[in-house]
Amino acid sequence: MSTPKALRQPLSLRIGSAAFLIFWCLLAAFPIFWIGVMSFKVPVDAFAPNPLDVIFGPETRARGKGLSILDIVVGLVVLWWASRIAMRQLPKLVEKYSPFGLVALGWIVAALAFGVAFVVVFFGILPPVMGFLNNITGPLGVTVLGLTTEHYVAVWVENEFWRNFMNSLIVTTGVVTISLTVGTLAGYGLARSGSNIAFWILIIALIFRALPHSVLVAGYLPVFVNSAEILRPILGESAPTLYGKPFAVIAVLVSINQPFTIWMLRSFFQNIPTDLDEAARVDGCTHFQAFRWVIMPVMWPGVITTGLFSFLLAYNDFLVTSLLLDAQNQTMVPSIVGYFNRETTTTDQVEAVAAAVSITAPLFLLVMVFQRQIVSGLTAGAVKG
Amino acid sequence: MKFRTFAAFVGPSIFLMLLFIAAPLVSVFLQSFQITQPVVETQQIETCTPGFLTQTCVTETKTVPILDEFGKIVTTTEWVGFLSYQRVLQLDRVSEAISSGQIGDILQIDFWKALRFTLTFTLITLPLVIGVGLAIAVAVNNAAKSLRGQIIFISLLPFIITPVIGSLSIYWLFVGDGIITSLMERWSGQDIAMFAQAWTIELLMLFYRVWHVAPFAFVIFYAGLQTVNQDTLESAIIDGASRWERLRYVVIPHLMPLIIFIALIHLMDAYRVFEEIVGFRSQAHVISLQWLTYDFLEPDDAGNRAISRASASAMLTMIGIVFLLVPLLRRTWRDHKGSTH
Repeated sequence: MSTPKALRQPLSLRIGSAAFLIFWCLLAAFPIFWIGVMSFKVPVDAFAPNPLDVIFGPETRARGKGLSILDIVVGLVVLWWASRIAMRQLPKLVEKYSPFGLVALGWIVAALAFGVAFVVVFFGILPPVMGFLNNITGPLGVTVLGLTTEHYVAVWVENEFWRNFMNSLIVTTGVVTISLTVGTLAGYGLARSGSNIAFWILIIALIFRALPHSVLVAGYLPVFVNSAEILRPILGESAPTLYGKPFAVIAVLVSINQPFTIWMLRSFFQNIPTDLDEAARVDGCTHFQAFRWVIMPVMWPGVITTGLFSFLLAYNDFLVTSLLLDAQNQTMVPSIVGYFNRETTTTDQVEAVAAAVSITAPLFLLVMVFQRQIVSGLTAGAVKG
Repeated sequence: MKFRTFAAFVGPSIFLMLLFIAAPLVSVFLQSFQITQPVVETQQIETCTPGFLTQTCVTETKTVPILDEFGKIVTTTEWVGFLSYQRVLQLDRVSEAISSGQIGDILQIDFWKALRFTLTFTLITLPLVIGVGLAIAVAVNNAAKSLRGQIIFISLLPFIITPVIGSLSIYWLFVGDGIITSLMERWSGQDIAMFAQAWTIELLMLFYRVWHVAPFAFVIFYAGLQTVNQDTLESAIIDGASRWERLRYVVIPHLMPLIIFIALIHLMDAYRVFEEIVGFRSQAHVISLQWLTYDFLEPDDAGNRAISRASASAMLTMIGIVFLLVPLLRRTWRDHKGSTH
């Protein structure tokens, strides 16, 4: 099908539009790309005034840390193979070996196994092999790109960033599971009830969505700090102090997230025809059985999308976690502020950059895997409702 | 659906929202009129240090908090009316500034400074986000189909990134020895410090917010562009409408509901501006309303949290939310009425 002449665009317009897009893509990716580059260089290179020095890292190279052309080629090939296995082989294996009804579990196991295998191959096996190959290949083995992982080692091992990572993992897992369980029930109820109460619940949820989180935290703090005394008459001596406890933060984040979750899930449920429930009801299902056995199996795309956004909220949160968790249970994002206060030398600064990149990397993977779901989630709220 | 089944489905969610959103709101409202302080008593304390011939003794009156039998500090809670609000608003300094004719002095007070920044920030970013989002959507719609997936992937990165980290990544580009500062210094030949004065920080914050939110607007507009009625576009072409006129009179009216939606979401989110202050470390120059509450809630050097002042500033922040939501609620109510009757 060729475009009619009237619709054909003049060359200037096409060039202008393409130039604008290229500019936007550079703008969108540059800050993230740049912190990624900086985190692998020694401080002198990371904050060098010449951009080429930052990219190629002459100081880092001078310390004997870097990649040769051969390293880069082999690394890229391994990465390409890894991505091909992840895209092509892994889904087939999961389908073949995961027990019926536990496909989600199969995926989690597969993803973990793949991650571990990748880390072992890429960081465990490849460096010594390449070290040997670089020695015997001559000019191809000369380092051209300065690269050091010392800041990551410092952040994750010496500063025990893995503790923060575990805390983030606990909080996000808790938030996603609870908010999806509670949210799907409510979303289904709201989508299938045309009553005025349902309307008012949604409106009140919308008002709650607009509240600044600091307002709510101002309400939690005094209660959480003194909760042991407040709860003692009810729970006796075992009354917990909620301040600093991950489960309290999970409850708070789930609730803050509820308004958004029920709005989004409701709009997904509304897209599922009511005939489906009615057929199930005619066959003798109760409402709950119809929900569990007929509606939920076709709701997975909506649930995954909403789960992604719950994950983002919990993962990205700074305000609630920094105020309600103590230093011991701190998640990743607030803990980065600890680097500011310590940031006296440029080494500390580059370590902070490495921590920031460590926080961003999972999000990057998330967009790669779930781009379609994220886009559908963003449009679900706007276009359909 | 019967009411009881409905209640069973919705119950857990409602319970959570009541317990963790509605109840804290009420308690913040009450706290803003109370002050909790440790009970103190004044004691005469004589401290003696050994000296030559006689001891040197000093008698001081000290205020000491009273401890209960568990060794905890006894506190009292008093109703103080609008005292906390007065402490946050500092109306006496405001009226002083007005009567002395130095209106600018009002902006020295934390609350008014935060209010000024929050409002200008919200209102300036709004048209920018919608404009940039629409421009990207139109340009992507114009690009080759095979490239669109990659462009959307790259565009989603600024949106998905943790806000604190996103603002930090901009901060590191513009910090004293950051790459863009060095480039600007080389071009202009003078020393540039982007984080030494308020207006440059505010510019960077505006830039960061547009960079962060424009992808969201873009994705929604892009989805909207796919549903533009091709027949209307064709008849507009036959009627001799230029490209610009088609955009102005066909596409934008079609996208209007989406523009309103994005504007609302953006107003809510931009009014809560907070992470930029943390990421840019700008508290000495630029603060926002939500940051003010956060700062009161953070323990000070003595480990005390100014809960009453935080509650008062939180309630004052809420007033803005009410202004923001009333038009929206009226509109929704009218739509709801219209749909049921």
